[in-house]
Amino acid sequence: MTTTQPRSRMTGIGRVLVIVYAVMALAATGRSFVQIVRRFDEAPLAYSLSALAAVVYVIATLGLVFARRRGWYTVAWVAIVFELAGVLVVGVLSLTVPELFQHDSVWSVFGRGYLFIPLVLPMFGIWWLRVHRPAARPAAKTAEVNA
Amino acid sequence: MILWFTSVQIVVAVAAGLFAVIVGLMGRRPSDYTVGALAVVELLLIVQVIVAIIAPLAGNPPTGDLLEFWVYLISAVLLPLGGVTWALLERSRWSTVILGLLAFAVAIMLWRMEVIWTIQVA
Repeated sequence: MTTTQPRSRMTGIGRVLVIVYAVMALAATGRSFVQIVRRFDEAPLAYSLSALAAVVYVIATLGLVFARRRGWYTVAWVAIVFELAGVLVVGVLSLTVPELFQHDSVWSVFGRGYLFIPLVLPMFGIWWLRVHRPAARPAAKTAEVNA
Repeated sequence: MILWFTSVQIVVAVAAGLFAVIVGLMGRRPSDYTVGALAVVELLLIVQVIVAIIAPLAGNPPTGDLLEFWVYLISAVLLPLGGVTWALLERSRWSTVILGLLAFAVAIMLWRMEVIWTIQVA
């Protein structure tokens, strides 16, 4: 039918989303590792946030990979909403109270250092999760996707 | 790092990225050409690893943080490997797009590495 084609296509785009999340998780983890090892004392708040952001990206990646299972679907939601809130709050604070964030974190100025991907990614993620509710799917469809 | 080599590498990575994203959006599955383009990117990264080991010994030391540099370089080396593995496991056109996006990520990371190696703002 007509609904089958776009749905399988979005599953495909979902894969791209997962990969972009995985790359962001890798980038954020690598960066916060370096920041914490080298100069944690200089900006404990910004660098703690970087580490937190890295953890959230890892969790969001896993959540999206296993989003077909109900528990992970919820995990993905929580992680992605947290991520969106984080990038918005830190983005605003880094502009209004710059002395808090003199050192860059992933979310400073809405993720400018990462081509604003941190700002766009959670919106894309929320859209994808809304379209892919696990309960909304017939079992056969899920089995087919799993195969 | 060697500026001209890094520049060539970035150009190759961007070209591979454009090629794979365009071909992928046109609906092609990963082919010898797209996977091959990523293999070239990976090969150049391995050369870059060798350059980065030898350069400090040959009187071309980094001005920035070597730890940060290596975190970037090792991450960059992993990206094409991951993408190609994915492309072999799932032969859909989105895998081709993913190959391209990873090549772009490598290009950005190389630029960051060159900055870490040569330019210091602090």
